Amino acid sequence: MIKRSFFKSKYIPYLLILPQVLITLTFFYWPAIQGLIQSFLLSDPFGRRSTFVWFYNYIELFTDPLYLKSIMITLVFSMLVAGVSLFLGLFIATMANRALKAKAVVRTMLIWPYAVAPAISGILWLFLLHPSYGVVALGIKKWLGIDWNPVLNGNDAMIMVTMASAWKQISYNFVFFVAGMQAIPKSLIEAAAIDGASPLRRFWAITFPLLSPTFFFLSVMNIIYSFFETFGVIHTVTQGGPGGSTNIMVYKVYQDGFVGLNLGSSSAQSVILMSLIIVITVIQFKFVEKKVQYTG
Amino acid sequence: MVERTPLLDIFTYVFLIVGILIVGFPIIYSLIAATQTLEDVSKVPMPLIPGDQFLVNMQEAWSRGDLGTQIMNSFIMATGITVGKITISILGAFSIVYFDYRFRAVAFASVFCTLMLPVEVRIMPTYEVAANVLGPLQAVWDFLHLNAVVSWFTTNEFELALDWSLLDSYTGLILPLVASATCTFLFRQFFLTVPEELCEAAKMDGASPMTFFRKILLPLSKTNIAALVVIEFVYGYNQYLWPLLVTTNPKMTTAVIGLQNLIPQADDLPEWNLALGAAILVMLPPVLVVLFMQRWFVKGLIEKEK
Repeated sequence: MIKRSFFKSKYIPYLLILPQVLITLTFFYWPAIQGLIQSFLLSDPFGRRSTFVWFYNYIELFTDPLYLKSIMITLVFSMLVAGVSLFLGLFIATMANRALKAKAVVRTMLIWPYAVAPAISGILWLFLLHPSYGVVALGIKKWLGIDWNPVLNGNDAMIMVTMASAWKQISYNFVFFVAGMQAIPKSLIEAAAIDGASPLRRFWAITFPLLSPTFFFLSVMNIIYSFFETFGVIHTVTQGGPGGSTNIMVYKVYQDGFVGLNLGSSSAQSVILMSLIIVITVIQFKFVEKKVQYTG
Repeated sequence: MVERTPLLDIFTYVFLIVGILIVGFPIIYSLIAATQTLEDVSKVPMPLIPGDQFLVNMQEAWSRGDLGTQIMNSFIMATGITVGKITISILGAFSIVYFDYRFRAVAFASVFCTLMLPVEVRIMPTYEVAANVLGPLQAVWDFLHLNAVVSWFTTNEFELALDWSLLDSYTGLILPLVASATCTFLFRQFFLTVPEELCEAAKMDGASPMTFFRKILLPLSKTNIAALVVIEFVYGYNQYLWPLLVTTNPKMTTAVIGLQNLIPQADDLPEWNLALGAAILVMLPPVLVVLFMQRWFVKGLIEKEK
């Protein structure tokens, strides 16, 4: 799209867009293409020679139980993070929407975790859930009688990184849910109340369906967040361990490529992740445009 | 509310307070831990009465983690990313919306596609580019056999070797994160809503494109810029993976990454009071920015993601 009235100039528009295009070409397209080429090559550990091996790297990956496990872990992890943070975000937003007088204060008190870096959120939760010093860990051991030890137990470690990742996402979801609820016409709620619908019924019959576009959008955003930005959490809290039980795909790309120097495999993993995010983005654009809404 | 529901109202407030406490608990608890002595912080459970060691701990953490340097680095990185991103995005959007030229659609599409390529999915190749930014140029040069061409023209042996490493530099921390499809897209959407008459009037008065941009478009975009400043500052300050890759020199590391060294490992003294004190110090700048510019932050967040 372009304005009806526009300027004509031989060189100004090119100069204006040049920095953007240069950076995009150097740091986005070039590396993406290099990654794609690299994923078809097999290089020796010293990076001196590389041979073209077609889909060898991909076949290796999809027959590697460790990689399949990493995919599973990523899926479980992103579902958990999205589920926990969406549920709590929606719950708190519903409450905040009812508390008319305290809305501004509540928002201020809930908004700031968004500004905390995932890695720092990881440190805070590492302390809370530390098997020997953590107070929450103590509570779990004492009251639930579970032998909590995220250093040794994979499931416990997964719960720990989920908590650390979901925590800061609650405020993100909260902001969007509150904005979504404010956009719902008051008259709808009032009409339902006059018809005798209880607050709970009104929530399920009116608020929630009307929030469904927000809900869908947030699910996508939360999944993308847990796919990529949680790198900081994993790196500070578990480093993928114990025994690879929190080794999500992004972390494995880093581990295999940067630490293990297995360029071909790491690039192939990057390409797989890239295709994944392209699929997610396309789905998002397709559905968000159409606006998911309730029928009947 | 629509009707009187005293019981439900009480529940609402109770749940809200519980919710706020749960969300705030990690911070409150860490703050208390940061005021304790090593002896107290390693008690299980740790006493909930704040100690008096806050300043001592902060000082120790500050010097041990070299937080001064690292927070400064984070600041430079965050500011660089914010300024760079907004500048190149607003100029790019201006070019796309207000000019008609041959590669307009191509330029827009190529920028828009980068939305799908976060740095996390192209770790290794981007690192290679950062190790030598002129590498792509060199590759194109070699591919076209331009060395031979130049040698032939000048009748001398000619060898072009471009090398410019961004590793361990502020440029390396900032530049690769500066391109942003979302910002460009946001400005484009905003420019499309600016009334046509403004541009027509400016043209009638004989304003050049850049005068129109400076005198009319820029002042109109003020609120959008403010909102993006908050969002991008937080984004830049909290970057993790990229600084981890490009910096190896502790003097160039950012604060969020430097914190890793303060976390007590299995064999260390459990100096959690220092680690948590440092964590709180490091998280403070973006948290303050979000709290004090809350209005812009919410606006930016909601508009940017739409």
